[in-house]
Amino acid sequence: MKPLRQMSSKILVLHQDNIDTDQIVPARFLTTTSRQGLGEVAFADWRFDSAGRSRPECPLNAPDFSERNILVAGENFGCGSSREHAVWALMQFGFWVVISSRLADIFRANALKNGLLAIEVDEPTHGWLLAHPEARVEIDVTRSTLRLPDDRAVEFALDPFARHCLLEGVDALGHLLDQQALISAFEHRRQEAA
Amino acid sequence: MSQTLFDKLWNAHIVRPETEESPALLYVDLHLIHEVTSPQAFAELAQRGLGVRRPDLTVATMDHSTPTWAADLQGQRRYGSEQAWEQVRTLMENCDRHGIALHDWDSPNRGVVHVMAPELGLTRPGMTIVCGDSHTSTHGAFGTLAFGIGSSEVTHVLATQCLLQRKPKTMRITVDGRLGPGVSAKDLVLHVIGAVGVHAGTGHVIEFAGSAIRALDMEGRMTVCNMAIEAGARAGLIAPDQTTIDWLRGRMHCPEGAAFDRAAAEWLSLASDADASFDREFHFVAEEIAPTITYGTHPGMVVAIDQPVPPATDEGAARALEYMQVTPGQPLLGRPVDVVFLGSCTNSRLGDLRAAADILRGRKVAAGVRMLVVPGSEQVRTAAEAEGLDRVFTAAGAEWHESGCSMCIAMNGDRVGPGQTAVSTSNRNFEGRQGPGSRTFLASPATAAACAVNGCISDPRYLDRPVVQPPELAIHFPSPRQMEARA
Ligand code: SF4
Repeated sequence: MKPLRQMSSKILVLHQDNIDTDQIVPARFLTTTSRQGLGEVAFADWRFDSAGRSRPECPLNAPDFSERNILVAGENFGCGSSREHAVWALMQFGFWVVISSRLADIFRANALKNGLLAIEVDEPTHGWLLAHPEARVEIDVTRSTLRLPDDRAVEFALDPFARHCLLEGVDALGHLLDQQALISAFEHRRQEAA
Repeated sequence: MSQTLFDKLWNAHIVRPETEESPALLYVDLHLIHEVTSPQAFAELAQRGLGVRRPDLTVATMDHSTPTWAADLQGQRRYGSEQAWEQVRTLMENCDRHGIALHDWDSPNRGVVHVMAPELGLTRPGMTIVCGDSHTSTHGAFGTLAFGIGSSEVTHVLATQCLLQRKPKTMRITVDGRLGPGVSAKDLVLHVIGAVGVHAGTGHVIEFAGSAIRALDMEGRMTVCNMAIEAGARAGLIAPDQTTIDWLRGRMHCPEGAAFDRAAAEWLSLASDADASFDREFHFVAEEIAPTITYGTHPGMVVAIDQPVPPATDEGAARALEYMQVTPGQPLLGRPVDVVFLGSCTNSRLGDLRAAADILRGRKVAAGVRMLVVPGSEQVRTAAEAEGLDRVFTAAGAEWHESGCSMCIAMNGDRVGPGQTAVSTSNRNFEGRQGPGSRTFLASPATAAACAVNGCISDPRYLDRPVVQPPELAIHFPSPRQMEARA
């Protein structure tokens, strides 16, 4: 996992509420056994028509999409299926941060486990971002702040453990493996009680 | 201090409590895996040189990418793609390597993960169950804390049998009264999601309570908890009662004899204390619930089947109506249907098949309609065949399949064509969920069967009057505010 401390980028706005993980990675691409190759199929049915032609009106097809590393999406982003493929696809497409007014639980957990910063901001900030699709913003993970172009800093909530993982570029598995003794003791206690 | 059912389940599985700095360490009693979300997790294990800590607490099935047509005479099965076969083969190898029980083609117990595990008595009250699949909430019907996880967490559980979790909030949804004729658990849960909204449950575990929930059989309770995730919830829960105990007795992985009675006594003690408080509460009246169907592109866009589609209130809803080609102000009744899918972990159990067969018996699927019946498990299929339900379906002109996820997720080649209208007993009506360009209307098995017979969206209570709207049945759809106010 690559660490994420600070970044500044133009945003990419997808207005729709309730963007589900079936939109992010359609199920027909889920037969893969790899984490790779998902950037190409991210939002496949939004970016391409049924003949495979690029849809110019889709913001994800903007000529400067690769410079836009922060996705701002409508409410309840990432709802639906638990597929982590959605997170891998977003990251491979070039996003480091996802911002919404509300994120679905499993999506958020998956994102933070891969170093994709998924955050919720208050309604006014969210509304402002949606209305300014050309804005450039700055993210500071250490301080949990989002800096808007007018220099206003908006704080966002971030679980301290997730922040630690992001800043250090470590995933949670190492931490879990360090708890083996506790886990064995728990198993032992339960066996005794049974 | 008084506790909710959720608190009790949570506390019993805490290896290390949460602190400001780190989430709780939660022990997992059963880890269910399938071919789609596990390969990357096993690859990660291999890369780190790790093994599976508790293969004995891990059970695998194959359901998502698997074909649902019977094998040919040579025993060959036609997969949707080379990659689909590759994925299933990878699961077989991983299970073999790590000593994990896999219900493969040879197992009479294979099936959709959330159908087969309860059936085998693997799902029992008081447990924690996880699976790399959001509909793991289904198992909550047994008073089990069960939730979906991503592939990274699948790795965590394989390696340590534990997860790092923050404690969710609690919500109680109480449904009192009696469901009317032709109204099922599916209608109940669609109605509830429509009223509370698709993200009301975010960050919460929902306990379903009330006399209408108590009156449901286990299959109906599984349907309700299955769709808790569609209200955004981490998990759904229903406290165990005599219905739960009776259903579990004699199941393969349940204790036997006196040991079962001891377990049952313990299971019955799993309930929220009378004075337990919840972070949010909603109340519903069962008599106000009609057969319910979705009209949009998320499971909260629902309407009583005989009522007009509400107007779009925002851009997203307008886009959904456009995609679905539905007109606000008009009822859906009478809209021609191309495909009817009876299946998925929401509604593919024996009771669901019976409800549909009752309507199809002696009738025909309308010309031009393709109806697929896909039992949730091989056990369901065998039981249905033993009572002749397969013949009811095939005589009516429907397709009878082997078990699997099939057209619920359209990964295995069973899919709805672009622009086609499908009435489906599954759980998601997202754009393209059942195939690119597909239009999905979620409904109960009875409604789906009625639609198949009439070739158009129909009210199962008035089978012979598909397009007549009985005015005496007008049911007003309550707003979320009204619902919460009642609580
Ligand atoms: S039936 Fe559908 S919802 Fe259920 S596990 Fe399979 S794909 Fe998921």
